[in-house]
Amino acid sequence: MKRTTLALAVAAAAASFSGGALAQAKEQYVPHNYYWVGPYAPGGSGIAGGAIDYLNMLNARDGGINGVKFTGDKCETEYNNARGVECYERSKKSGPTGATLIHPLSTGITYSLIEKGTTDKIPVVSVGYGRADASDGRVFPYVFPLITNYWSQNTAKIKFIGMKEGGMDKLKGKKIVNLYHGSPYGRETIPVLDAQAKKYGFQVTHIEVPHPGNEQQAQWLQIRQIKPDWVILRGWGVMNPTALKSAQRAGFAREKVLGVWWSGAEEDVIPAGDAAKGYIAAGFNVSGADYPVIRDIQKHVYAKGKGEMEDKSRIGTIYYNRGVVFSILTAEAVRTAQERFGKGKPMTGEQVRWGLENLKIDEKRLKELGAVGFMQPLKVSCLDHEGGGQVKFQQWDGKKWKVITDWISSDQSIVRPMVEASAAQYAKEKGLTLRDCSKEK
Amino acid sequence: MLYREAGQFKSTYAADQQIFPIRQDRVAFAILLVAAFVVVPLVANQYWFSAILTPLLISALAALGLNILTGYAGQLSLGTAAFMAIGAFMTYNFELRVPGMPILVSFVLAGLCAAAVGIVFGLPSLRIKGFYLAVATLACQFFVLWALQHFGWFSNHSTSGVITAQKVVVFGYAFESAASKYLLTLAIVSVMALAAKNMVRSETGRAFMAVRDMDVAAEVIGIPMMKTKLLAFAISSFYCGVAGALYAFCYLGTVEPEAFNLDLSFRILFMIIIGGVGSILGSFLGAAFITLLPIFLNVLFGAFSHLSGFDIPHAWLSNIELIIFGALIVFFLIVEPHGLARLWQIAKEKLRLWPFPH
Repeated sequence: MKRTTLALAVAAAAASFSGGALAQAKEQYVPHNYYWVGPYAPGGSGIAGGAIDYLNMLNARDGGINGVKFTGDKCETEYNNARGVECYERSKKSGPTGATLIHPLSTGITYSLIEKGTTDKIPVVSVGYGRADASDGRVFPYVFPLITNYWSQNTAKIKFIGMKEGGMDKLKGKKIVNLYHGSPYGRETIPVLDAQAKKYGFQVTHIEVPHPGNEQQAQWLQIRQIKPDWVILRGWGVMNPTALKSAQRAGFAREKVLGVWWSGAEEDVIPAGDAAKGYIAAGFNVSGADYPVIRDIQKHVYAKGKGEMEDKSRIGTIYYNRGVVFSILTAEAVRTAQERFGKGKPMTGEQVRWGLENLKIDEKRLKELGAVGFMQPLKVSCLDHEGGGQVKFQQWDGKKWKVITDWISSDQSIVRPMVEASAAQYAKEKGLTLRDCSKEK
Repeated sequence: MLYREAGQFKSTYAADQQIFPIRQDRVAFAILLVAAFVVVPLVANQYWFSAILTPLLISALAALGLNILTGYAGQLSLGTAAFMAIGAFMTYNFELRVPGMPILVSFVLAGLCAAAVGIVFGLPSLRIKGFYLAVATLACQFFVLWALQHFGWFSNHSTSGVITAQKVVVFGYAFESAASKYLLTLAIVSVMALAAKNMVRSETGRAFMAVRDMDVAAEVIGIPMMKTKLLAFAISSFYCGVAGALYAFCYLGTVEPEAFNLDLSFRILFMIIIGGVGSILGSFLGAAFITLLPIFLNVLFGAFSHLSGFDIPHAWLSNIELIIFGALIVFFLIVEPHGLARLWQIAKEKLRLWPFPH
């Protein structure tokens, strides 16, 4: 009895929920499936805030894209695969044309949605996370690890180290430690580093930090014995400040610790206090509120008393800006799709997929968007679902992140063959035939 | 009035010993089965199949497995998710490495692998009890995940350790749609639940309960301790293994070892505590409570803020959901420490007297 009443109540609530978005023609539905609770909430809520604010700013400033306004519902995924799948299933049929695309914001949820998105014809966009080999659009038509995947980022890091050492040939004989989080995310770059170590002749040691990473004494003892020239920090959450503090204790220069972009937000360094000073992290977006796009959000959203962030000081932080980048990509994909399939019409997932695959954001477009230097230009194609592959490096000066390089491009001569080989293995396991990109229109 | 057994006479032992001795129960259960197998597939949409019903059934199966071990045999375990992981990864490997392997056979073999590991990690239960045993099974939880992540063989040397489930084909029919996967899951769960129900009513089940209630006394009356405890571990792990295989093959499609972390073990433990320790029905009720309530609260609050137009920050809503969820768990445990299954039983007893309670 209890079960049926519960089920009925759920059904009633679900009906009223989807009933709210009854077919109003000029709406583009974008689900906001992020997380606001749990250990990773600082990242999730910041990105969600930026992503939602940008779309609301477009609605307020331009009336959406050619008159089609963005709508959306928030769904809490708790960074949990099962909840993420539930949110996806709930949102995919909403709005006049269903979900435009989905940002799962979790590598685990991305994995769970790859097949579902492909069957339902809803693009799965994983900006800076997820499967690196999904960059091969022939095998993964509906998956877009846009801007830069983990493997590309890693080659850019080695390039940066080479620059610091005074040339790639100087890398020979150098010692690099890869301190990684014990998860699929953490392990993802091991093969790339091994390949690069062989190519450039440096020595790499992989040291795992078990989840969640708040105990690192043994690892840093080992690092002290190795005496590496650089430590690559592939951390996540609480592991990052702990690593920086342990580095200080072990007497390892923070200027030689190089973080990945999930280790390089304000939330990662502020808890480490003094220990974080000098630490360098990669990023596909920068921090700072002094960009026209952020100023527009302030003017059109926050000045009117709206906006997602309660703590206004978080506007312009790394995570917030990353959310803005997510939504710039969403909006530009819809715009590109509209140019082909009809301006002023809401786009389906299938049409947006075309928009993503033909997405081209050059310097001129970035200027129009008010995001020059904020994000990198990118050009996506059927073969290449990544599109950018560049990274900027920033250094924490104790108060804020300072950008210390221009966009550093990755080494696709290493990454691309690995992407193709890995994607081919996936295709073989699943019995898929590769798309012929020359036939795509 | 309606729910009364007056006039139902039993003339055979078989009639007296059946699972539902009262005719109304049999009718109600038959209606429930017809609803689950026929009506639901006709009326439900894909959201219900793939986001609500299938995961619900799979969690119920895992909870059932744990209930056999913890509820019936009295051995506390925190390794449930690890056994599920073994089921998922071994099914993947059987399918990958043995050409033409029928998927149902893979499920069974993977379940047997989980059972074998369960027996190994059940050995400490011969010496230690209660919370100490829970710690020993915790070792199983960590060891299995560690092994799955560190030996590339398990994930076919995928760099990130993630596996992608192969197609589910039974007798030439490919289970691809959400509805067909629901039906497959439902069929497997129904058969296994029936088997479990019969097992706990048999000599094996009585031996389990004797061990649970007082193991010294059980040993004195001649119940072999080692065999009984290890059998409980084996059967329980088998159920969890099959649940894990279904989790990968009929629900998520792609899984990483981390999906089977300690959190999942705890969730399943909470399911049986909320649903009812030592009750088959309780496993289902508990699974429904733990998986559906958070979603229900999320939908409810979403609808609430839509309709009322209140601009509540979403971070608050998410946290309030968790607070309410926790409060409800505490409430139920205080009101009925024996779980939802006991509440259901009390309701039935009351109903038998209604409308003339003495």
